[in-house]
Amino acid sequence: MKKEGGRVIHIACRVNAVEAEIDGHPMERLLDALRIRLRLTGTKEGCGEGECGACAVLMDGRLVNSCLVPLAHAAGASITTIEGVAADDRLHAVQEAFIAQGGAQCGICTPGMILAAIDLLERTPDPSPDDVRRALAGNLCRCTGFGRIVDAVLQACRRTSEAPPR
Amino acid sequence: MRSYVPSFELRSPATLAEALDLFAREPGRWRPFAGGTDLMVLLEAGRLEHRDYVSLWHLPELRFIEIDETSLAIGATTTYTDVLRHEAIGREFPMLGLAAAETGGVATQNRGTLAGNIANGSPAADTPPALLAYDAELEIVSARGVRRVPYEGFHTGYKQMDLAPDELIRAIRLRRPPHPGRQLYRKVGTRRAQAISKVCFAGRLTLVDGTVEDARIALGSVAPTVVRARLAEAVLRGRRLDSGTVADARRALAGAIAPIDDARSTASYRSRVAGNLLEEFLTGAT
Amino acid sequence: MGAVGESVPRREGRSKVTGQARYVDDVALPGMLYGATIRSPAARGLIRRIEYDPSIPWDEFTMVSAADIPGVNRVALIRDDQPYLAEHQVNHPEEPILLIAHPDRYLLEEARRQVRIHLDPLPAIFTIDEALAAREAIWGTDNVFARYTVAKGDVDAAWGEAHLIVDGEYETGAQEQLYIEPNGMLAVATPTDGVTIWGSMQCPYYVHQALKALFGLPDERVRVVHMETGGGFGGKEEYPSVIAGHAALLAWKSGRPVKVIYDRAEDMAATTKRHPSRTRHRTALTRDGRLLAMDIEFVIDGGAYCTLSPVVLSRGTIHAPGPYSCPNVRVRASAVATNAPPHGAFRGFGAPQSLFALERHMDRVAEAAGLSPAEFRRRNFIRPGETSAVGQVIRDPVDMTALLERAFELSGYHQKRAEFSRPQPGPIRKGIGFAAFMHGAGFTGSGEDHLASVVRVEATADGRLCVLSSNTEIGQGTNTILAQIAADAAGVPMDIIEIVPPDTAHVPNSGPTVASRTCMVVGSLVESAARSLRSTLLTSGALAEPYSGADFRRACSTYIEQSGPLSASARYRAPEGLQWDDERYQGDAYGTYAWAVYVAEVSVDTTTCEVRVDDFVAVQEIGKAINPVLATGQIEGGVAQAIGWALSERVVWREGRMANAQMTNYIMPTSMDLPPIRVHFVEQPYARGPAGAKGIGELPMDGPAPAILNAVAHATGVDVRAVPLVPEELMAGMTKEE
Repeated sequence: MKKEGGRVIHIACRVNAVEAEIDGHPMERLLDALRIRLRLTGTKEGCGEGECGACAVLMDGRLVNSCLVPLAHAAGASITTIEGVAADDRLHAVQEAFIAQGGAQCGICTPGMILAAIDLLERTPDPSPDDVRRALAGNLCRCTGFGRIVDAVLQACRRTSEAPPR
Repeated sequence: MRSYVPSFELRSPATLAEALDLFAREPGRWRPFAGGTDLMVLLEAGRLEHRDYVSLWHLPELRFIEIDETSLAIGATTTYTDVLRHEAIGREFPMLGLAAAETGGVATQNRGTLAGNIANGSPAADTPPALLAYDAELEIVSARGVRRVPYEGFHTGYKQMDLAPDELIRAIRLRRPPHPGRQLYRKVGTRRAQAISKVCFAGRLTLVDGTVEDARIALGSVAPTVVRARLAEAVLRGRRLDSGTVADARRALAGAIAPIDDARSTASYRSRVAGNLLEEFLTGAT
Repeated sequence: MGAVGESVPRREGRSKVTGQARYVDDVALPGMLYGATIRSPAARGLIRRIEYDPSIPWDEFTMVSAADIPGVNRVALIRDDQPYLAEHQVNHPEEPILLIAHPDRYLLEEARRQVRIHLDPLPAIFTIDEALAAREAIWGTDNVFARYTVAKGDVDAAWGEAHLIVDGEYETGAQEQLYIEPNGMLAVATPTDGVTIWGSMQCPYYVHQALKALFGLPDERVRVVHMETGGGFGGKEEYPSVIAGHAALLAWKSGRPVKVIYDRAEDMAATTKRHPSRTRHRTALTRDGRLLAMDIEFVIDGGAYCTLSPVVLSRGTIHAPGPYSCPNVRVRASAVATNAPPHGAFRGFGAPQSLFALERHMDRVAEAAGLSPAEFRRRNFIRPGETSAVGQVIRDPVDMTALLERAFELSGYHQKRAEFSRPQPGPIRKGIGFAAFMHGAGFTGSGEDHLASVVRVEATADGRLCVLSSNTEIGQGTNTILAQIAADAAGVPMDIIEIVPPDTAHVPNSGPTVASRTCMVVGSLVESAARSLRSTLLTSGALAEPYSGADFRRACSTYIEQSGPLSASARYRAPEGLQWDDERYQGDAYGTYAWAVYVAEVSVDTTTCEVRVDDFVAVQEIGKAINPVLATGQIEGGVAQAIGWALSERVVWREGRMANAQMTNYIMPTSMDLPPIRVHFVEQPYARGPAGAKGIGELPMDGPAPAILNAVAHATGVDVRAVPLVPEELMAGMTKEE
């Protein structure tokens, strides 16, 4: 039965703007392909059931839970993980806001939360606090109670609107 | 991850015809895999019994929203995000847009599909009550051809449906122009977001001179399948919405549902809330 | 300009927002195996047979049973009753029996499910009542882990003089800590080299102590290294000793590094939760609404093994009478055993349970006496100079009435209480309620003496100042506030302070990261040690005031060159005059308390009985906020966790097993389920705290549940008595009233 076998597929995709080739099982979680095969451990596993959002990445411009994406679906995709958010040494406005506002406590939800925030701001550059809460409802945080996180996202969108385009 | 991942197969045919061919040649071997938001959860829990899947995710023939004079057709792998962002759906079939916005969070909405929501067969699914209330029709396709069936009646029992092993849902059709009138979609979940429903209500009614001309009452999570409360609808037809009518409709509703106790809620809570939601809808108290 | 009192950004903030922070599952070592645990399928029984499915290549696996344990098969804690691996009998579902390891994660998981444990069932008990009835003794002779009695005055004599007597019974359910990072450990262990553990934990020295006993090794052959930890809340206080022991046993037997990471379902079902509780109150009042007597019976369910139940019980007992002055008080408390997975530490540690009962009861007592909840509290709040139920003279200059008024002012309580008391049209009923409470910081009584915590500060040759303690960053801000305290104490900028990662090979034992003690107790030691080192430099002449950071660094280099190593230690000493009697349960229970009043405004939708918290105000007196943003974050997070406990976090039990062990079915609040939480600090410096600070990590867990239930009672008129108050329960209460 199980010990050997299992088809291995070879997929090509872009991860953080770099071409990547991944060999893996077709039903393997994208989360594991990123963390183990590509050694991008910034994306986290919190629940393995698509509830907590700690595994969230951007795939073809949309936020997805990578624990629910089979590797086969990543073929040809453009993926952004937390490692791809900062531009070299320059942090993204959302990252800076999280630091300034105390949006990260234990930090385990933070990568997914930041990607969810970036996804929101790209769709809604000037969200209300309710918009922010709705957009982040799929990212569970046990430490902060969300107050500092909402303030961080609101700060980031103010900064983004003031800053020159990147 | 509680499954032996190497033992699962996921094939990615390039066209719908190729996919249907696989289903036809090896009936029973292959099952469809759309966005994976239900199947991957089962995989990780060690409860995905079937092994071989055909991916529909990339098939261009299945992801579309097409409007003509008489219908709005939504392709099977249209995501919740696509549905809730679509202007015409929001205008003409608002309950469907609301249902899509209530399903999971943003990340789930970006990957979950309308046909997946239907074919997963859960009585707690969020879009089926809205689809029932809109008299939706399913377009079902196989290598043998195409057939159209009313969505009502598609679910024949708990996780049972009118879908042969070689068939796929190709599209969901809604009739245009939509019926005017009062509508209420309300999902009562375990929390305000990212929740499985305890009771889900979709109601639509048309009043002419204060009398009910037509009504649709659909509910999720209160029976082995999504249900239409036809008895309650019959009570309403031709009557004015006074307190007597509301009470009679509520009584008739009780006969249409069979809620259970489970890890999320109780039968008595579900019964009571279903009746309360019907009353809320009929009294226009929203 | 000092660092203390400033909202200095979190030290490891950059690594957390960039994904560079390394948690245990981010690490892989060459030749590493993955480990998994085979667990009991039932609540209680004798292990008859273990069946291994032949489809698995078992010869490729490392297998560990109780027989492989080199030292003692008991988790060293208080009673040492819990085995690492069950040998003949299991006493709770999910009890560990075997360990297996393999390099292939997928095959490991497949194998785990192909082991069948056959048990001869034994009668099991699942409720507090069954435990107390003791028809079946599942632990000891009477199923009781611990008992305490607090007695002040003469409660029995008081009933006869009472103007009014009010009874009540209150219940709280289990709660899962639900840190977003599950438990995990990585071990390297061989008989020749000893044991090294890296992982997610709050208390490296607890793990160190446990592994010494498990392997029969001396101090220096066990090394425990804290890694970035994704939340703890008490769930990683004592439990890590179990998973660390398991990883180490597999490493020991295989000779390879072993990583054990729990998936969410396993973590929820198998690890500790908050102790369920039942509290019975009987309260006597005088004619003018003053407390005459409080008779309290407090029982907690500890699950199958003792773990920390005696200490949870202790804190719950001492907090049970709350911030009130009452001449006659009796608390009879017990912790009992049931056949559930052992319950354990969770933020608040017994106090949320007993304070929930108290503050819900106080509202009911007020109502019976014809007084408003606020007026009743004003007449009965304890004042400085008065004596608590355990005989502690309150030395804090606390003014509970002022805190009450401040909370009312911020929340608009009076106006809303009046408005929501009028008939409300439509399906939404609004209500507003509050809770008044306190939380003792640090270990109870002589606990801190027994810990005898030590902190060290060392200067490096290039003039950096290293702080060495075993207290861990788990999100609450340890790294940052200890650096702030050290910087100010040494009179230097923060950037020359380095917090040494807690590694038992390098840092002294400054005690566990629990009991709201890290800032107040350990911070105070850091302050002392840093001052002492500064003194040494000044006395030696290497440094003269005023000095800059650069001067300080140069002085360190000079001193070290000329005189050798430069360091200072500080060891905990109990404050003067503090006395605690463990036998009679009397005296100074805690060095100090933080005091609070929380107000909750709710909307109840009577169509569905869903309760929404619309606004939440948290006012607390905390001595000094070392870092206001971090302190605010602690309160906001604790309130959110308590809102979940109050309204949605229900553990569904079936035959002792958690039936809803998925994040889909165990309902914690999302961002949409929480209001903005408004936090206000009052600061009355505590002389023994660093810069006057008190401990605050657990305080916010105590107030929200009773405040919310008091608000729901106000909104609906339903006399709610238990948490979690899920809509099904509220609906049952409302329909009963009809």
